[in-house]
Amino acid sequence: MGIEVVVEGLTKSFGKQSIWRDVSLTLPAGEVSVMLGPSGTGKTVFLKSLIGLLKPEKGRVLINGVDMVNSPEKDIYETRKLFGLMFQDGALFGSMSLFDNIAFPLREHTRKKESEIRRIVMERIEVVGLLGAEGKLPGEISGGMRKRAGLARALVLDPQIILCDEPDSGLDPVRTAYISQLLIDLNAQLDATMLIVTHNLDIAATVPDNMGMLFLRRLVTFGPREVLLTSDEPVVAQFLGGRREGPIGMSEEKDAATLAAEAGALVPAAPRVIVPQLEPSPGLPPRQAVTRRRQRVMGMIDSLPPAARSAIRDTYAKNARAATLTMPPAGSGA
Amino acid sequence: MITGALRQTGRLFALAAEVTRAVFRRPFQFREFVEQFWFVASVTILPAALVSIPFGAVIALQVGSLTEQLGAQSFTGGASVLAVVQQASPLIVALLIAGAGGSAICADLGSRKIREELDAMEVMGVSPVQRLVVPRVLAAMGVAVLLNGLVSVVGILGGYFFNVIMQGGTPGAYLSSFSALAQLPDLYISELKALVFGFIAGIVAAYRGLNPRGGPKGVGDAVNQSVVITFLLLFFVNMVMTAVYLQIVPPKGG
Repeated sequence: MGIEVVVEGLTKSFGKQSIWRDVSLTLPAGEVSVMLGPSGTGKTVFLKSLIGLLKPEKGRVLINGVDMVNSPEKDIYETRKLFGLMFQDGALFGSMSLFDNIAFPLREHTRKKESEIRRIVMERIEVVGLLGAEGKLPGEISGGMRKRAGLARALVLDPQIILCDEPDSGLDPVRTAYISQLLIDLNAQLDATMLIVTHNLDIAATVPDNMGMLFLRRLVTFGPREVLLTSDEPVVAQFLGGRREGPIGMSEEKDAATLAAEAGALVPAAPRVIVPQLEPSPGLPPRQAVTRRRQRVMGMIDSLPPAARSAIRDTYAKNARAATLTMPPAGSGA
Repeated sequence: MITGALRQTGRLFALAAEVTRAVFRRPFQFREFVEQFWFVASVTILPAALVSIPFGAVIALQVGSLTEQLGAQSFTGGASVLAVVQQASPLIVALLIAGAGGSAICADLGSRKIREELDAMEVMGVSPVQRLVVPRVLAAMGVAVLLNGLVSVVGILGGYFFNVIMQGGTPGAYLSSFSALAQLPDLYISELKALVFGFIAGIVAAYRGLNPRGGPKGVGDAVNQSVVITFLLLFFVNMVMTAVYLQIVPPKGG
């Protein structure tokens, strides 16, 4: 089972420019979470802060009792071995072949024999669909392949926490759908805690258990996916609808006058439909996180907004009828 | 401005301390060390030899003409040898290590930094200082010490050739003044200087490479700065070391 990540009051700025202030959230163990946000709202900075590459000025990131912000460097290095991070463009070592890139963490951190390493690496290469390309250098393959190789490298040490930085950027819609399915399959196989940072609406709608959104130097919301998907907060509504009308402007934030002008002409958007979450591919074990999440969400359901409440009940009512999932009968928690 | 310069200096020293600590941390990256050693050696040996011949010659000619005017031509050998072994050789080595080896190290680390390779390494729980910087600094130091021997020999041979063939000095006078003025500590300080210069060149190159500012152009600027900073530091450190050496080791002829 994955590890819970607790973020408390995180605040980060570069010089005078504040990135986000007082971000607090908990990534539940073993569940898939998505962090949305317009470009330039510090999503990548948030990811790098979780793993201790960047040091926020205030707040804590607790993983297994280790604070990734303030703990001694030695503990942070040790805790990082629990992580797998998929960088935006793969961040592969340019001088090594894909095979050596993916074998790197094994060679550094384990005393496995070369034949054992070969077996594990080829297994991961197959998972991400790169068989046959293992001898190539990162410069000789396409961006999408580099991304998948980066994912394979992140997976090779069986991480408990997987962070993905924009897994979709530079991929076509079909490949994005494959990546979405791959991420869900991985979650079913590894039961790792996952955080995906993206602004892709398809991934956001189909992959996560939980969703959050960063905008205007703060965390707008974080919680079960239904909360964000049913939210009537203008920022969220605009982002999910992909519209120009709303508080998000070309350069981050609109001024009050433009907003007021828009308010008059605003056409109410059609109610959003909640797309069902992806299931693991046939043949894989069911995701253990599903049961845990159901218990957790049902426990907190009374504190959620009414729209989210009914959406969650709807989802679970439908899911219980679906034959693919082994779930306790509907209504028991509600 | 001043605090900025002080901060950079402080971080340079912090990196030097970190590298020194990491040298003793297992596992030692032996393969990387051998590769880097070979690389630094291969880019510096030929230029070092080619530079040291005319340098030895220049010193021999200059000192020869001076001693001739003073009527002490028989001491040309000793004087030019001391100049080559103690001053010219460590400096030639250092300039080549910084210019050919250090600039390559800086560019390599810098481009890895902007491609996020170093971040990826840290994320995987591998310290770039231990994995990449330590083998490079040790390679720079090792090559500097060995190269210093080569440059000394080639420089002295060049001086001998020019003194004996061009200026009509006698081989016997050259060699006897050699042993009259030169002593073993001269060689020790020469090698110590080379070692320290190699360390400085490696650390400065690594420091600038690990902290490039803003994209590919930043890496180019970093390489440029690393060479300039290394040169400035080397000449200063050389002055200090020479002054200290002359104070504590009595000259042989005196």
